[in-house]
Amino acid sequence: MLKTPFLKQLFGSFLDLVPILAVVLIFQIFIIRQAIPDVGSLIAGTLFVILGLTLFVQGLEQSLFPIGESMAYAFARKGSLFWLLTFAFCLGFGTTVAEPALIAVAQEAANIAGSAGIIEPTSAAKDSYALGLRITVALSVGFAILVGVLRIIRGWPLYYLIIGGYCGVIIMTPFAPPEIIGIAYDSGGVTTSTITVPLVTALGVGLATAIKGRNPMVDGFGLIAFASLTPMIFVMAYGMLR
Amino acid sequence: MIAWISQFGLALLSTCRDILPIAAIIIGFQVLVIRKPLAHPKKMLVGFIYVLLGIAFFLKGLEMALFPLGKLMASQLTTPEFLGINPSEQQVSWRAYFWVYVFAASIGFATTLAEPSLLAVAWKAQQISGGAIQALGLRIAVSIGVAFGIALGAYRIVTGTELYYYIVAGYIIVLIQTLFAPKQIIGLAYDSGGVTTSTVTVPLVTALGLGLATTIPGRNPLLDGFGLIAFASLFPIIAVLGYAQIAQWRNKGSLSPKP
Repeated sequence: MLKTPFLKQLFGSFLDLVPILAVVLIFQIFIIRQAIPDVGSLIAGTLFVILGLTLFVQGLEQSLFPIGESMAYAFARKGSLFWLLTFAFCLGFGTTVAEPALIAVAQEAANIAGSAGIIEPTSAAKDSYALGLRITVALSVGFAILVGVLRIIRGWPLYYLIIGGYCGVIIMTPFAPPEIIGIAYDSGGVTTSTITVPLVTALGVGLATAIKGRNPMVDGFGLIAFASLTPMIFVMAYGMLR
Repeated sequence: MIAWISQFGLALLSTCRDILPIAAIIIGFQVLVIRKPLAHPKKMLVGFIYVLLGIAFFLKGLEMALFPLGKLMASQLTTPEFLGINPSEQQVSWRAYFWVYVFAASIGFATTLAEPSLLAVAWKAQQISGGAIQALGLRIAVSIGVAFGIALGAYRIVTGTELYYYIVAGYIIVLIQTLFAPKQIIGLAYDSGGVTTSTVTVPLVTALGLGLATTIPGRNPLLDGFGLIAFASLFPIIAVLGYAQIAQWRNKGSLSPKP
């Protein structure tokens, strides 16, 4: 494993991190003017991040991309729309419902709803609110990947759907409870995790490559965009219905 | 050292738990629906383990080094003492927060450049476009978008203006750009909005937003602290569409993929 490409990748990961280190050091030394606490764990942590990034990229090319693509090809050959759409929904739902960032945001939202008097400020009510929110977001991501895959198969232009969705967001916002708006807008960003993105991208690009008449560049991307758009709509709807 | 190893073990365990549903779905469909073995099972398994280890190392490293320091800096930069404002004063000029905007922009730029999901998408785009889209160029464009978005988001928290107006204005810009941008870039541009905000950016940016909303008089951290992520997902779309537009003007048709 320790061959030249690995070292090269290691160095590349180091370069990716240089800007963060530069920002942190420059601000700490010149503007805040305070000593950096715990230099030892800063250095060790940085080495961990570099190693982690390198391994991730290695595994990406070797595993996540090929898995996503080979499944796309297999489904395209099989020709069963039902199973492809079921897979798309499961992938979106399954990867989102356990997403740690989403769990944190849902809990935060429940606290806000509790203090704003939308729900009872008891922990049971908050937990059920948070769980409901998580299921809502996961359903919305499953739905998003499903629609996105259907779009690639049918060849619908992406921007109609996206712009339609944005218009939906804009129209819904004035009617949604103000407490939920910030959360709803942010929940679009937190749903897509580091493992989901490569898999879903490979799936979309693989499908667009396998299906005749589709261009991987024009049609293959866009699944992530759906996955960040639908949670906004679903979460606002959730806030309105509660 | 031993404490680090056990902490790393915990990080690895929680990464495994997060991956479990994904692995179950993939294996389930592979075995029950596709019913064909994967082409290179051994290589893929090794790759999957690389991904697991990579994410665990990455998260542990961030937790050890960058998150505490970044959060500390976000709170130091937003203290009234550093900003030189009197907490009882109700009207503080938004200019007093100059360093906050600079910090917001630079941390947004730097963290996005290191975001693994963006790395994946940019790499894929370069591969598919046959090199017409350069991975690094795309990542820089996205990072500039995030930098601008987060700085503007910080300004919004400082001034206390409605999130809604900014978002609507941003969408209208995206809409107009979409009409004129080269068709090949649109999907990628929309996607880049969603991938920017994950592992590295979200915790730091959230700390900054909550710190700001707590310090500034008249802001409620629960109501005003959110929304930075939304900015960080909106502006990369504008930046990437703009990047493609400029590339097209300079070199007509250079973005079309190789057959």
